[in-house]
Amino acid sequence: MSIDLQQFHQVFFEESYEGLDAMEQALLAVSDQEEADPELINTIFRSAHSIKGGSATLGFPEIASFTHVLETLLDEVREGKRELTPEGVELFLQSCDAMRGMIACLENNTPIDTNESKPLLDAFEAMLANAPGADQGGAPEEGIAKAEDAVAQTFFGSDGGGEPPEDGPKQWKIIFKPEPQILLTGNEPIRIFRELEGLGELSVTAKTDEIPEFQQLTLDECFISWEILLTTESDKEEIESAFDWVLDECELSIEEVSSASASVSENAEQAPASAPVPTSAESENTAESAPAPETKPAPAPEAAAKPAPAKKPAAKASGGESAQSGATSIRVGIDKVDNLINLVGELVITQSMLSELGNNFDLEKLERLSHGLEQLKQNTRELQENVMRIRMLPISFAFNRFPRMIRDLSNKTGKKVELVLMGEHTELDKTVMEQIGDPLVHLVRNAVDHGLEMPDDRVAAGKDETGKIVLAAEHKGGNIVIEISDDGRGMDAEKILGKAREKGIVSAEQELSDQEIYELIFEPGFSTAAEVSDLSGRGVGMDVVRRNIKSLGGRIEIESEMGKGSCIRVHLPLTLAILDGQLVRVGNEVFIVPLVAIVESLQIKPDLVNRVSGNMELYRLREDNVPIIPIYREFNINADNTDLDNALLVVVEGEGSKIGLLVDDLLAQQQVVIKSLESNYRRVDGISGATILGDGSVALILDIPGLISSASQNRRRPQGVRAA
Amino acid sequence: MEAVIEVPEINTHGGGKDLSLEGIDFISGGDQYLTFCLCQEHYGVDILSVTEIRGWEEPTLIPNSPEYVKGVINLRGVIVPILDLRIRFHIGEADYKPTTVVIVLAVKSEQASASCTMGFVVDAVSDVLNAESDDIKVAPSFGGLIEPNYIQGLVNVGADVVTLLNVDQLVQLDEEGVTNE
Repeated sequence: MSIDLQQFHQVFFEESYEGLDAMEQALLAVSDQEEADPELINTIFRSAHSIKGGSATLGFPEIASFTHVLETLLDEVREGKRELTPEGVELFLQSCDAMRGMIACLENNTPIDTNESKPLLDAFEAMLANAPGADQGGAPEEGIAKAEDAVAQTFFGSDGGGEPPEDGPKQWKIIFKPEPQILLTGNEPIRIFRELEGLGELSVTAKTDEIPEFQQLTLDECFISWEILLTTESDKEEIESAFDWVLDECELSIEEVSSASASVSENAEQAPASAPVPTSAESENTAESAPAPETKPAPAPEAAAKPAPAKKPAAKASGGESAQSGATSIRVGIDKVDNLINLVGELVITQSMLSELGNNFDLEKLERLSHGLEQLKQNTRELQENVMRIRMLPISFAFNRFPRMIRDLSNKTGKKVELVLMGEHTELDKTVMEQIGDPLVHLVRNAVDHGLEMPDDRVAAGKDETGKIVLAAEHKGGNIVIEISDDGRGMDAEKILGKAREKGIVSAEQELSDQEIYELIFEPGFSTAAEVSDLSGRGVGMDVVRRNIKSLGGRIEIESEMGKGSCIRVHLPLTLAILDGQLVRVGNEVFIVPLVAIVESLQIKPDLVNRVSGNMELYRLREDNVPIIPIYREFNINADNTDLDNALLVVVEGEGSKIGLLVDDLLAQQQVVIKSLESNYRRVDGISGATILGDGSVALILDIPGLISSASQNRRRPQGVRAA
Repeated sequence: MEAVIEVPEINTHGGGKDLSLEGIDFISGGDQYLTFCLCQEHYGVDILSVTEIRGWEEPTLIPNSPEYVKGVINLRGVIVPILDLRIRFHIGEADYKPTTVVIVLAVKSEQASASCTMGFVVDAVSDVLNAESDDIKVAPSFGGLIEPNYIQGLVNVGADVVTLLNVDQLVQLDEEGVTNE
């Protein structure tokens, strides 16, 4: 009964990444505290332990042996035998990176690169070598012993001792006494027992009499031996095969016993039916396939640490990103799922109510019908909102990497930085979140590198020595606004303009507002840093940041004051899949205007229309003059109404400017699901996508920024010939 | 008028990507073709790329698109563009009669992993044609209205000649489609 361990790999990778994240956060929290919080240490330990358990079971010896050393150290810390020094924390943090690298290698099926982990391993072993006194980690050992008992009990069940052996099955008595270092090589007795269980009825007794005094106990040595009674039809060879992997590391005797004299372990505690599975056997499903090649005995740590002939940079750099292509999963809070189930329940009730109504309908029931339909509408809407919410994750997923990054940056630059995170619970669509991560990293790195001054300069400028970076997120309308602000030196508009003129991006006579000048930093090939430092000038540039944000349908704003600091605001749509839209009709066609873009809809008063510069029509909206864009002309379609008088104008705003769209009629407002036009067709100017209306027909969604920019281009050239 | 008139048994894209890859290999060997008429002329497309045949329904117009792009329809939640082959190949008048049907083709494009689905308006579907690769003759290079790269070859069926169309080329409208306008 071999199980394909491959199927667990993805889960292991994801869990490991999560574990490493948790570990990193706990480490950072620990480093901020005077006195290490035992709960945090436990968190770190648990993460390391699960990774070790998983990797050993799935046959990743490199990771198992690495985490093993880590775990041993952590255990000492946990026991209070060792102080967690800042250097130690740094080492642990580095080891998180190293493990991430290793897991990424596994994920990409590339050989594990131990160049990074080897020095760390050495450092840890050096730390272990001057350990304060002998290890006293008795707990895991006891855990295993207990677990073994529990297993014995579970396997044995309540049948009591010794059923008389029938003709076929024979009873075997196996004495299994492993050598102390057996656990080190990644062998888990539990797995052997599971395999034996597959052969027949099993009863295991743990002999714990050789376990030394608590003081002399070594964490990773096994002092337990087992006496196993197995009733099976299999012969001796088959039983022996279960021990194949450990044959040379144990004393083993397998004898046939004749009768039901088998005794059950008296000292085995009565374990509850749901025996707690020990953490070391966490991946229990996977454990049963001991003979599968994946679980061949892990080489000893020393062997694993041998540097593999791998190229370091390639493996390291490619790590995170290239692995994204595989299937990803999402963790959803149980409350959200419960909510969904409730809603589906309501939906079913409404449905049965309606179908009962439909069975013998007469006009008297009309009111009940419309009531039911109303309820159905409510249900569907709630269901839709809740389903969408499943995709929403708190932005802390994106923010969590910053404490570590700020720490590294401040170490590297010598700047003192305090990071303040605000609005971490603001929720954001997962797809948006994944794509916003890298731009945010770049912006934060810029803020530290270019924004903040050195401590001395700050003191000289009368500021607090420690610079402050604030990362804040909040919902605003249909958008999420992420703000990255620093209290550093601010941007020098003069300098930026000078540089831009020098590079020929801006001509010498062109005058720009401050806002326009700040926008220049997003131009490709523009860098204000006097010298390219290690931190900036690599990775994505600001132009890429802007491009990424634009591709998500967002925009970016800069505010800055010399000497006071800068603030960069990123506006992003909450989700990419659903949009609140206003349906408008032009001729026979229905278009959808995103509700967030609409400023107001009005009926044109003829005296407010002005014709300027040839053929352009402007509408006076309070102080603004809004260009009127007739959709029928823009899209070459027929409209009912081509006369401006008393026509309907939808004033929309995008990228800072407003236009008025001339439409025939305003229809309903509704949420629409965005469908791609490009997947089967191609991009259409002025159209951002399509959707399916209630009657099954397709309606196109207007691309407001696109319309605005094409309108401004049209304005420059004379009105072209209109095709029919 | 949304009724599906006839659905061939073969569904190349139902069974995962391996299957459809096989399908394309299969095509190059040459086997079965779905034939249809455009006015008096007979054309055929690889049957393995046909996902369904639908009745004509009025599509939603796409602004500023070439004349032969009639618009898009909702095909079970997927937005599918509808192209009129009669207009595209300049054959006869494009009027919409009860027999007018839309052949939906799904073609795996070379660069994108997903397949591209498009509907083509034709006058009527006629037959399924078996053609060995020996039967397929090279189209003579006379001055037809259809660009030669759309044509895979000619097959004689009785007194008629069926022009086999190159499905991969049919769905490649993007580049020239814009400029043709």
